[in-house]
Amino acid sequence: MPSANRSDLEIRSLTKRFADFVAVDDVSFTVPDGSFFSILGPSGCGKTTLMRMIAGFLREDSGDIFVAGRSIAGLAPNHRPVSMIFQHLALFPMMSVGENIAYGLKRRRVAKAEIAARVTTMLDRVGLPGAADKRIDQLSGGQKQRVAIARSLVLEPDLLLLDEPLGALDLKLREHMKVELKELQAEIGTTFVYITHDQSEALVMSDKVAVMNAGRFEQIGTPRELYYEPATAFVAGFVGNSNGWSGTVETIADGTARIVTDTGLGLAATAMGPLAAGAAVRVFVRPEAIHLALDEDEVAGLDNRFTGRVERVLFDGANSSVLVANPGWAEPVTVLLPQTSRFRGLDAGTQVRLGWDAGQAKCFGARS
Amino acid sequence: MKTANVSKGLLAALVAIGLGVTAASAETLRLITWGGYAPDDVVADFTKETGITVEVTLSNNEEMISKLRATGGAGFDLAQPSQDRILGPQIEYGIYKPLDLAKIDAGQFIASMLEATKANTTVEGEVYGVPHVWGTDGLVVNRAAAADVKDYTDLCDPAYAGKVSYRLKRPTLIAFAFAMGMQPFEKYKNIDAYEALLGEVEKKLVACKGNVKAYWEGADALMNMVRSGEVVAAMAWDTGGWKLNNDMPDVTFVAPKSGALGWIDTFAIPAKGKADDAAYKWINYVMRPEIAARITAAAGNFTASKGADQKIEGKLKEQYAESFPPEAVDNIKWYPPVPAGLEELEGKVLDRVKAASGN
Amino acid sequence: MRSEGRLALWLLLSPALLWLTLLIVLPHVDMVILALSERVRPRVYEFGFGNFAEFFKEPLYWHTFGRTVAFSLLATLATFLVAFPTAYYIAKLMRGRAKSLAFIACLLPFWVSELVRTLGWIILLRETGVVSTLLLDLGITGGRVEFLYNDAAILVGLVYSSLLFMVVPLVTSLDTLDDSMIEAGYDLGGNGFDVLREIVVPHAVPGILSGSIVVFMLTLGNYVTPTLLGGKNSLWFTEQIYNQFITRFNWQLGSAFGILLLVASSGIVWAGLKLSRQSLGTVIGR
Repeated sequence: MPSANRSDLEIRSLTKRFADFVAVDDVSFTVPDGSFFSILGPSGCGKTTLMRMIAGFLREDSGDIFVAGRSIAGLAPNHRPVSMIFQHLALFPMMSVGENIAYGLKRRRVAKAEIAARVTTMLDRVGLPGAADKRIDQLSGGQKQRVAIARSLVLEPDLLLLDEPLGALDLKLREHMKVELKELQAEIGTTFVYITHDQSEALVMSDKVAVMNAGRFEQIGTPRELYYEPATAFVAGFVGNSNGWSGTVETIADGTARIVTDTGLGLAATAMGPLAAGAAVRVFVRPEAIHLALDEDEVAGLDNRFTGRVERVLFDGANSSVLVANPGWAEPVTVLLPQTSRFRGLDAGTQVRLGWDAGQAKCFGARS
Repeated sequence: MKTANVSKGLLAALVAIGLGVTAASAETLRLITWGGYAPDDVVADFTKETGITVEVTLSNNEEMISKLRATGGAGFDLAQPSQDRILGPQIEYGIYKPLDLAKIDAGQFIASMLEATKANTTVEGEVYGVPHVWGTDGLVVNRAAAADVKDYTDLCDPAYAGKVSYRLKRPTLIAFAFAMGMQPFEKYKNIDAYEALLGEVEKKLVACKGNVKAYWEGADALMNMVRSGEVVAAMAWDTGGWKLNNDMPDVTFVAPKSGALGWIDTFAIPAKGKADDAAYKWINYVMRPEIAARITAAAGNFTASKGADQKIEGKLKEQYAESFPPEAVDNIKWYPPVPAGLEELEGKVLDRVKAASGN
Repeated sequence: MRSEGRLALWLLLSPALLWLTLLIVLPHVDMVILALSERVRPRVYEFGFGNFAEFFKEPLYWHTFGRTVAFSLLATLATFLVAFPTAYYIAKLMRGRAKSLAFIACLLPFWVSELVRTLGWIILLRETGVVSTLLLDLGITGGRVEFLYNDAAILVGLVYSSLLFMVVPLVTSLDTLDDSMIEAGYDLGGNGFDVLREIVVPHAVPGILSGSIVVFMLTLGNYVTPTLLGGKNSLWFTEQIYNQFITRFNWQLGSAFGILLLVASSGIVWAGLKLSRQSLGTVIGR
């Protein structure tokens, strides 16, 4: 058994340039053995480039990649102890399910009988017993997903890379597969590195998530940390839903900044990192952190208080929200609709009060 | 150069069938002949004199017969097969119509040649051909490189390995038979004897195959090989040798010891020709000595026109005299008509020679 | 269907039907009739299988026939071996403009007739030709070398004139192969050869077959290339057919040969499809 502090994947100062564009810019991180690690970022952030360097399909310009303590940077893809699940799975349509799974074992010259046994075991494990002789085109989307995973896992890789494999599935199945993937990973204990642009996938499944933007990691942390303690303006804006304003710091005291937004609104917010008066900042407040009230009294004790008019109610069961407009705001503010009888009759046009504490609003120095 | 392939041949046959329906007007003469036998300027003068336009199709013996066979003798108004190749196809396919000798000015012909041709092309008492151009098959030799090639069999001398060429056609079989001391024409009537003779020739040609650079098909290809020096001796027509002699003095035509093979190309009228009068007019026109001399200048071969040879000038006459001393002229072996059935035997021999591994 | 509609349909189809009947069906019927008539004496023929018997009796004929078929298969294989890397390069490694240019480069030799292309090879390969001269001038050979008139020269010519017909279907079928399929092949531990054998080639099977069928048919029916480049040693079956029709005037035997060639090529294509478990529709109709 590997020791507890052994790291299965370690990336050191990895950089990749395409012409004058830096796709991956001096990225370093470690992924602990047996964990589910996600790299979350918008398309074009460099996450696919990073993954392809780990798999060996791209050569890095500088930096190094270690798996189980050994550098794999110079190895061809077929010699890396790493396996990849492709976005569209890349199952071989000219082979049966069993042949697909046996492909890698055959390359390792495993004995025929053992191949058959391991294919059967693996199919049982992913919940497709007896499917070995089926053709790929006879499988449903979820089944294909499992075959692709079985095909990689049967090789017992140190590391499994997953390139948004759920992207092609419909919503219901995607929700289901999220849970299934997480359970599977917990069961077999292989390190998963999962890249996605879908924050929900990353938050639900991962032990740790790295948020990537413009070739760099903005923050690495547990899903909770990213959500509640975003380290940068980008993370705050990208992970979860947020209301955001741009503004300038007026005064700062005890970690609380007084800010004037570009539209002339006064706000109090917690300063994330050192900020001085006059600094340009971005302020974020999550919809669920905003207190929605019909009376002034209810929000009396809060640092930030506003009056607004309901512009629209977005009903979505427990996730219902309200868009509240105020002449002083550039855009309406999104507020989570409390599930109480008082707000059941809330309609567009109703005057409401909004309020939140300075502790719930986070302000970050804006990058110029 | 033979460029036709099977499909083209078939297509030509098909087209010929199609065109047979839309016969040319009486003012057009469709002539199928050999290269040089109907020079452009002669055609132009003929049209000026008679108002008849001439459409010329260039061909060779086999293609002429094949095309006429495909249409049952339609598509052309005048053909020029060799005299020995009229009898067999006429008996087999009936592709020609008898000549009306009254419409031909016999006085323009060298009498002996006219009589010989008439005799050889007579089927069931009707005459089908009169002579036009004649020449010989013999050797074209580069005297600087292969001075001692005197007869066809000398082409198999190992000293010239890879540097000789001949055609893989019936004249080659006949030529080698003569050079090997046999008398093929005397055995024409006796198929078994002829087959035995062909067996001997086949052995010789198979043994000789390694010596051959290529079996030439078109005159241009042969001339190319001789000019480049790749070939130093070949069996070929006399005119080919003389043409080469014009720019390569070392190369000339040599009448072989066993005798050059004499051929005569004739005029014959296809069975479904539609411009007989124009055809006779053409025959009488080109047999005029001054016109015949122009054809000799163009084709390089002499004609059966009486007195035309007097009008040939300079070089060709010298070349002829050098290649044909009087005894060589007497030694020319004139092809007798080929009886039906022989060509099939010969064809198989030629196929087997081609198939033999001669490298 | 209403009668006017049906009439219109027939009118619409009639040019094609006429074309098919007059130029394809009738000549073949005629060929069968010819092949089944034996010559008794001049201008008299009667029904019989003598022409086919003649083919089997004369070793030369079936030897040439077998050689032509075997050689065509070899030429098809050689064409495939040359075309595959080319097609792979064009389909998988080239992009945009370069790709179209490469395609046009493949097409370029076909802007001149087959005869001219073959004469080009003669100029290159003959004893006093370009290659021989070059080798001599470079001091690689001591004397002039004749490259023409052998099987290798025929093969070179046949491969050259067939290349395009193999490259196009291969590029088309390789184009549809998802790059991630190839990457997955490597990722799961396969080397280049494994990926080629297990993934690329199986995916390209329909393209390989349609290319092979076309090349095989073209080669089998080729006349110019084998006769000109093979010279005294060509020995090609179409040459036999030509000889029977044109120089022997034996249309009966020529027709029999033609039918045998047709049957053999159809049979081999059928066998190829059976062996690879493909149907003609999927291979040609794509």
